Amino acid sequence: MTIRVGESASAPSFQKAALPLLDDSQLRKNVRHATEVIQRKRAIVSEEIPDWQALRSAASQIKQRTLLRLDEYLLQFEAACTAAGGHVHWASDAEEANRIITNLVRRQNANEVLKIKTMTSDETGLNHALEQAGIRPYETDLAELIVQLGKDRPSHIVVPALHKNRSQVREIFREQMNLPDLGDSPQDLTDAARRYLRERFLRVKTAIGGANFLIAETGGVCIVESEGNGRMCLTMPDTLILLAGIEKVIPTFQDLEVFLQLLPRSATGERMNPYNSIWTGVHPGDGPQNFHIVLLDNGRSPILADDEARQTLQCIRCGACLNTCPVYRQTGGHAYGSTYAGPIGAILTPQLQNLQHSQSLPYASSLCGACYEVCPVKINIPEVLIHLRGRVTREQQSSLKPEAVGMKVVASVFRNRRRLETAHRLAQIGQRPFVSRGWISKLPGELSAWTSVRDIRAIPGQSFRQWWKETHRDAR
Amino acid sequence: MPDNSRDAILTSIRSAIKGSQHSYDSQHPPIDRSYQRAGSLDRQKCLDLFAERLREYDADVVFTDSANIQNALSKIVGVDPSPAIVPWVVAEGLPSSWLPSSDSLLWESKATVDDLNQCSGVVTTCTAGIALTGTIVMQHGPGEGKRQTSLLPDRHLCIVQSSQVVETVPQAFSILAPAATRPLTFISGPSATADIEMTRIRGVHGPRYLHVIIVTT
Repeated sequence: MTIRVGESASAPSFQKAALPLLDDSQLRKNVRHATEVIQRKRAIVSEEIPDWQALRSAASQIKQRTLLRLDEYLLQFEAACTAAGGHVHWASDAEEANRIITNLVRRQNANEVLKIKTMTSDETGLNHALEQAGIRPYETDLAELIVQLGKDRPSHIVVPALHKNRSQVREIFREQMNLPDLGDSPQDLTDAARRYLRERFLRVKTAIGGANFLIAETGGVCIVESEGNGRMCLTMPDTLILLAGIEKVIPTFQDLEVFLQLLPRSATGERMNPYNSIWTGVHPGDGPQNFHIVLLDNGRSPILADDEARQTLQCIRCGACLNTCPVYRQTGGHAYGSTYAGPIGAILTPQLQNLQHSQSLPYASSLCGACYEVCPVKINIPEVLIHLRGRVTREQQSSLKPEAVGMKVVASVFRNRRRLETAHRLAQIGQRPFVSRGWISKLPGELSAWTSVRDIRAIPGQSFRQWWKETHRDAR
Repeated sequence: MPDNSRDAILTSIRSAIKGSQHSYDSQHPPIDRSYQRAGSLDRQKCLDLFAERLREYDADVVFTDSANIQNALSKIVGVDPSPAIVPWVVAEGLPSSWLPSSDSLLWESKATVDDLNQCSGVVTTCTAGIALTGTIVMQHGPGEGKRQTSLLPDRHLCIVQSSQVVETVPQAFSILAPAATRPLTFISGPSATADIEMTRIRGVHGPRYLHVIIVTT
């Protein structure tokens, strides 16, 4: 089993990756502008409806219950979808999902495919796998097209090219679409994408997408989008292949009345996004007659065992936590080194990989709690972050790093009164060469890391314990 | 091979949730659906809100009564003066009494994909309208056309009966429940994107113009 989450296995730590990004003033300007616009719109449309909190609670409860019966709902979905003419596949990890999809495309004798935006396929590295197999994927979402043509990485789960401004997009389109006279207004750029893709929508016979919601009761699928590229891919090709994480299932059709109110308002600050498509299996005479869906685990099922962190899988990928996060807004998404950036990425990415990679991500937060406040399914991200910091620390304690050894020594000193008092006396004597006017500003060896950025007060000549003994001799 | 992964995933899920399920159920009441289901506006206010919300998405909205549908429709079908190869496509099942007497209309069943791609627009009905979100819902039955019919043309003209308009999203889902396994499309304005600098641009891959005629009785 090889769990893969984008490029996260080889990514540097967040703290390291963030440094050069903080120097990129253009990137920071782009990210700040975009996140501010979405946040402002989200605030307006979430505050205008009186039952926002009731919707959040219902959504959270639906998701919690679903996760604790996930096996039953997945089987119900499989049975209903199959009965409606769909084919359901199961993939344990990223590689298996890529292999299943590549084989399905090959079976159509296709050497090119349309793609609806799916972050799950970025998680599995599907485009690379398709290219290796000689199949050319065309991203059709405008932001994903910008990322693909610019040989870039997505930096946001809803607006993957949020880090690029109009003139940067123009440069990419000019070169890749061979349009030397292209203007740089968003209208010009959007028109260019429309023309570039229209012919492909009419020609290419296989499409690959993700899913926002899988409906266990009916076997239906719901895809939420804005541009119509999704509708094109869902209706024009002969073959449609979806890749969806196992946590995307919801119990009933009626549950959508909750999520379709929360998702657009949280994601793009719209009362409703332009298009939602719901369909069930194959509809004779309308849309693809060959429909496959790949259910992906890739590290999700073990997360269900963790009572505190299970809520991570409630996520509906709205991106509101990214837009509001004071850390994400400084660095943008690339610092997280994963498909999933921002607060949700900081808890999801390490857990998918059982904390084997991305151990720095739970620390990429000030724990301010803004992400929890905006989350439409009430994931308590700060709580999970702290929980994961604990897990990371315990994992590192089992190693023999100097810091871990040092902490163990300190712990054993603090546990015993006599050891503590002895250590105190030794420190009072030992610190003498380093104290100047009551302060220590330079310590030797490993300890110099601490004093390189801060001064510490010298340990007083008399400790509280010594003072107590001297002044309270009778108070036994 | 796929069967092995199916079993492996299900086994992994079951061993992970074992124990947690019962303790959760005993500590938590059933799902609290106390969010707003019923509407609070009278009929006219509800229709006005529907029109206002659609207009905020740059849709063009007109009201007419059932005697004047043909008139209202003719005005819109005549808006595009450019000589298109195929004028307007009409979804199968739409009452022909609503249509202007013209040879320049093409029924969906006669229209090829190229016709849909190059025509001026398409005329359809719908299943429901949602006032709070400015949404039209289609279940692609008679009069509504196949899914691609309302997608490829540059203009989409949708005729909504005022009795189809509800106020809230949950009300719409009650209407849609019997059609849950049909193809459903929720349309809220013309296709749009805000992917470049969060500037909303109308008209990406779906229709660039959405016309709505609300028929009052």
